[in-house]
Amino acid sequence: MSRGGPGPEVHVPRGTSGVDPRAPDPLPGRSSKILGAGGRGPWVALGSTLIFFGLITLLVVSSPGWSKPGGVRDLFFDGALFRGSIWEILQGFVVNVEIFLIAEVLILILALFLAVLRSLPGAVSAPLRLLAIGYSIVFRAVPTILIIFLLGFGMPALELRGLPNGPNADIFWAIVALMLVYSAYVMEVYRAGIESVHPSQAAAARSLGLRRGQALRYVVLPQAVRRVIPPLLNDFIGLQKDSALVALLGVTEGLRQAQIEQATYFNFTPYMSLALVYLVLTLPQVLFVDWLIKRGVRRRAAGAVT
Amino acid sequence: MTEATLRVEGVHKRFGDLEVLGGIDLAVDDHEVVCLIGASGSGKSTLLRCIDLLEPIDAGRIVIEGQDVTAAGVDQDAVRRKIGIVFQAFNLFPHMTVRRNVTLAPRKVLGMSEADASERANDLLGRFGLADKAQEYPDRLSGGQQQRVAIVRALAMQPDLLLLDEVTSALDPVLVAEVLDTIRDLATEGMTMVIATHEMGFARDVANRVAFLHEGTIAEEGDPQRMFSEPERPETRTFLDRIIAAGRM
Repeated sequence: MSRGGPGPEVHVPRGTSGVDPRAPDPLPGRSSKILGAGGRGPWVALGSTLIFFGLITLLVVSSPGWSKPGGVRDLFFDGALFRGSIWEILQGFVVNVEIFLIAEVLILILALFLAVLRSLPGAVSAPLRLLAIGYSIVFRAVPTILIIFLLGFGMPALELRGLPNGPNADIFWAIVALMLVYSAYVMEVYRAGIESVHPSQAAAARSLGLRRGQALRYVVLPQAVRRVIPPLLNDFIGLQKDSALVALLGVTEGLRQAQIEQATYFNFTPYMSLALVYLVLTLPQVLFVDWLIKRGVRRRAAGAVT
Repeated sequence: MTEATLRVEGVHKRFGDLEVLGGIDLAVDDHEVVCLIGASGSGKSTLLRCIDLLEPIDAGRIVIEGQDVTAAGVDQDAVRRKIGIVFQAFNLFPHMTVRRNVTLAPRKVLGMSEADASERANDLLGRFGLADKAQEYPDRLSGGQQQRVAIVRALAMQPDLLLLDEVTSALDPVLVAEVLDTIRDLATEGMTMVIATHEMGFARDVANRVAFLHEGTIAEEGDPQRMFSEPERPETRTFLDRIIAAGRM
């Protein structure tokens, strides 16, 4: 996202100086960074990996506390309890999914609004810019869990009319809290994207007679949003995990359900079940983000639009 | 008396401590082509950007078709609608196809329908040999093609005045000719243009008048044949000698 290269006067867009966009990948052999490249490399990598993780596993299962009655194996890896608890935990987890999906939609809108406020030009807009900057500072500085507590316990106490009450109130305020906190991060992501679009793009749009807002909407934002999709998804993965904090308001979601199971059976296997659920949820997203980033690097190297 | 298309009167522009324009006076009549020549940093680009109201000026005024566009309260977007500008670095919108690049402003600024804007775009693209590129993205085009698309994009707004800011400086030498030919065609059709350029041969052929900028002022202006063969001012002489020595003329 750097603007490197020549200054604005001689800025030449990517892919204009004889770079053939159909050129082959300019970084051959760098596709399998994890397993090394070429010849016997992959086999050596595979062997050393198996030995490495085999040793760690051996270390754990041969430890004195692993296999004794009431040891780690029984307390954390109880197969029967896993099968018995996973269904309840999944049902609880549906609440997490609702919470983070709704929050994500709201965040996309609120954060974009704040990022646009933040980048308004001119002296008259100073209070709006300050508002956006202050927002970003406060909600990045205060721990998420405190915001959830403050809203979850404080707002219902105001007894405002027209807002949800009872158990729904907890979910409502949890969503609001996550939205407020994560919008501060996503706003910065958007802003980085907006600032990464070269000013000459806005100048070209304005020179055609487009108004400032139109230039932002049709020219700057579409390019900015494309560039920030990977960091945006990273923030969303963080948000999905933080949806577990809602348990602290007493909402029966995944973590709370796992706690209930754990307290019932005096066994930590339900926590392992929940961890597995999160892994299954986030792993594809993490891989997708990595793939997007890799594709972006490749395309930029080939001189194409990100 | 007919009003000049463009009148620049005593325009000053500073960037911090650096005075880039130190009192520019220039008038351009309808259908006239004026070439701005001068060393890099002499203020050619800044002058064009000021005329298009992309840079605020510090003193003086700019009058377009009789309207003082630098006065307070002027709708700058409406002024820019009448002026087209083409940049050295093309500045095409990389996330849009060529056709979208060309139709964006007619649709959003002039309120043309999708069909009308596309028809206008197709006409212009066809005229400039770009008909088969309408669906391509800019990064699939050569530099010369990109710059011709940028010219078409400006023309789609049917400007009364076209500003060209060193439009061939970022191009491979073999691609320069196709862009210069396009501009020649526009001159023949009577487009009013102000062209900042380092292509002296082109300036001599196409310009009705040449203005030599030196350290933020117009040191000399006049008929191209006369200017290039017998310049009056020593600064002009020195500049042209250096251009000739560099093999650019």
